[in-house]
Amino acid sequence: MTSPVGACPVTIRIQQDDFDIAREIAALTTSRTDIGAVVSFSGICRADDDSAKVAALTLEHYPGMAEEEIRRHTDEAVSRWPLNGVTVIHRVGRFMPGHNIVLVLTASQHRRAAFEAAEFLMDYLKTSAPFWKKEESEAGTGWVEAHTRDDEAAARWTRS
Amino acid sequence: MKVKYFAWVRERVGKAEETIEPPATVRTVEDLIAWLSGQGEAYAYAFEKPKVIRTAIDHAHVKSDAAIAGAREIAFFPPMTGG
Repeated sequence: MTSPVGACPVTIRIQQDDFDIAREIAALTTSRTDIGAVVSFSGICRADDDSAKVAALTLEHYPGMAEEEIRRHTDEAVSRWPLNGVTVIHRVGRFMPGHNIVLVLTASQHRRAAFEAAEFLMDYLKTSAPFWKKEESEAGTGWVEAHTRDDEAAARWTRS
Repeated sequence: MKVKYFAWVRERVGKAEETIEPPATVRTVEDLIAWLSGQGEAYAYAFEKPKVIRTAIDHAHVKSDAAIAGAREIAFFPPMTGG
């Protein structure tokens, strides 16, 4: 399937399975000659958090709303930047350190739009998409608390 | 109306969803949280800090003064920590 020049296909998936970054980039760029930049952001489960060593993370989400909330932000990204493709994949389930959690891809003619849109989407994924992390560590099991630094990061994209 | 709970709100309430019929005097999200808090110890614990609780009506974020009239599904959950 070939996308017309200037088209901006948007893919949103919430899944348990891992993703293949190279394959997802190829899905955006194959058969197109109008894309000059693809930015890829992967969020990965890490072992070292603020205090205790993380053994595993469990991601819970609100089915239905999660997809709709991500769609609202990809729609906004497409209206704000000249994009030629967007992919957002968020995994749910239980993950060990080193496992992929989230992928954001943004494609554009030039790098600036792709960089900015990817950062915008990640900032909103963190603060407004209905996902919650539960952490298992040496200190026990508990829900991860939201950080004000994430709210501040998202707030800088607000247009007055 | 259908009510859903997520993350530690779900754990504290002890269920993921239920159907409720609050009285007509319960008009806003804030009213509903106060009413739910009176439905037993588990609810009182889940909603002990109402300002921390986030709410969505029919899959969209709303503020605590939002009207609940006509809502099909209301969800309560802690601040989000995805990404």
